[in-house]
Amino acid sequence: MKTRRIFGSERYFDVLVYTLLVLWGAAILFPLLYVLMTSFATEKEYLTRGFFIIPKEWTMDAYLYLMGNDSFAQSFMNAVVITAVGTAISISVTTIMAYGLSKKWLKGRTLFNFLVVFTMLFSGGLIPTYLVVKEFGMIDTFWSLWLPGAVAPFYLIVMRSFFSSIPHELEESARVDGCGEWRMFFSIMLPLSKASIATFVLFYMVGYWNTYFSALIYLNDSNMWPLQVFLRQILVLNQSMDGSATLMEQVITYTPGAKMAAIVVSALPMMIIYPFLQKHFNKGMLLGSLKG
Amino acid sequence: MRSSVTEMRAANESRTSSAAAHYIKRAFPIYLMVLPGLLSIVLFKYLPMFGVLISFQQYSPFRGIWGSEWVGLDHFVRLFTEQQFVTLLKNTLFLNLIDICFYFPAPIIFALFLNEVRARWFKATLQTVVYLPHFVSMIVVVGITVVLFASEFGGINQWLDVIGLPRYEGLNDPDHFRWIWLLQNIWKEVGWSAIIYLAALASIDPTLYEAAKMDGANRWRQIWHITLPSLAQVILILFILRLGSFIDIGFEHIFLLQNPLNLAVSDVFDTYIYRIGVQQGEFSYTTAVGLFKSVVGLVLVLTANAIAKRSGKEGVY
Repeated sequence: MKTRRIFGSERYFDVLVYTLLVLWGAAILFPLLYVLMTSFATEKEYLTRGFFIIPKEWTMDAYLYLMGNDSFAQSFMNAVVITAVGTAISISVTTIMAYGLSKKWLKGRTLFNFLVVFTMLFSGGLIPTYLVVKEFGMIDTFWSLWLPGAVAPFYLIVMRSFFSSIPHELEESARVDGCGEWRMFFSIMLPLSKASIATFVLFYMVGYWNTYFSALIYLNDSNMWPLQVFLRQILVLNQSMDGSATLMEQVITYTPGAKMAAIVVSALPMMIIYPFLQKHFNKGMLLGSLKG
Repeated sequence: MRSSVTEMRAANESRTSSAAAHYIKRAFPIYLMVLPGLLSIVLFKYLPMFGVLISFQQYSPFRGIWGSEWVGLDHFVRLFTEQQFVTLLKNTLFLNLIDICFYFPAPIIFALFLNEVRARWFKATLQTVVYLPHFVSMIVVVGITVVLFASEFGGINQWLDVIGLPRYEGLNDPDHFRWIWLLQNIWKEVGWSAIIYLAALASIDPTLYEAAKMDGANRWRQIWHITLPSLAQVILILFILRLGSFIDIGFEHIFLLQNPLNLAVSDVFDTYIYRIGVQQGEFSYTTAVGLFKSVVGLVLVLTANAIAKRSGKEGVY
């Protein structure tokens, strides 16, 4: 009797858990699918058919229109350049710094670590940072997006503890063989940390690809704007009133299909890359090193 | 005798100096590795910290930080007496409150539920799905909301028509701003934030559950007595970190949802700094606002951390 009651409540429990999780998954997927599907619909169908998920008539018009649109093409190229160079800078600088700081015998290590952690607790603020970037003449250059945030303190700390966890003996034996620090880094440490570096490459890429605020304040020249700022113009700005849009761009109104397609083009690249790296996120790597 | 002492001293010195030379030879490449990152931190994090000095000045870009006039605490007095200050404080408090009440527990609940799933394919698929929104930008999230709820051709509104429910027209309603902000946050980040809890759950000793089952505990009781207590430390750490961001709550997001109509409920310190500082050029005053913000943030984290430590838990810092 007792076992049956437990069995019964277990069933309820499972049904409840699975139902809620499926609903949550659907709530996540629905908006994304809707945008993806309607980006392939004709404008006529979108405006006349009412609610639908799967278009009756498929068309690439919206994408073709975007490709022929100069502002879009330019902002897409800008985003690619910003992301590619920015990620390369960030990952190189972060990796070698993390490796350096993982050396327990290094004098000044405590001070360097403190300097890193303190930036997570306190900041000079938006305006002083802006003035520094301006002083260095980096306004209206991509350097204003690459250099101030070159090292993400949290990623650095996670990577540092990863390097610290590599067995000390490995290093000692390499040193006996007369291996210098740079060679040790490139031929021993890098191959060992491929997985975690790949993860942070992805994180940095997502960060650069999705950034808009730095671009908004540091880049006045609209020819340098990345995709996200373009998206803000066509999706958000016609909703609110903001002085930062130029007159030209406010006049052009984009078709619903073009808006959908622009969202897809902005969201898809990162979504395609991440499942390949997903297995690394779950390894408790982030948790183990939360405490730096 | 004396000569032998000097000899020994000389030998000692040469030994230490050769050790120093050895250290330098060994450490030089390492310092070189640390240098670029350190330089970027010093130039773009610490130089601006030094730059907060202008909050005590009437800073003029032409005179620079050395030539500008000092005005003491004038800017801080202005901030605290400004009418908008109360609004900023109130909005910050309210947004944090709903965020901590509804957003903060959500990934914990989600992780607990996912942890109960036995079918591995289901778990893996669902994880892939719920992580997706983390990789899109806030602009895309806000943009999707707009296209879904647009009053005329918005997808959700057309769907509501189909099932015979009234349309949702509140997208630009100031009263709805906070809840739209909260829901967008939940949609975008709950899945991703659950990773850290899932990792903690994976490290729980399975024999604990076996023992609980022997004692006749059902799954709710197992969650309550085993799973949740095992998460306590992680929850505490994340809560401390959360408090640290109390005062600089999601700027990039709020800014996108802000318009002149909802300013009374959506204006927070960061958007205020942007509007008055970047757009109107009041550098000194907004630096003072920023400094106030940073100091409050620092005090909050250190206090939370100290309380956690005093109550016998491990802190973060």
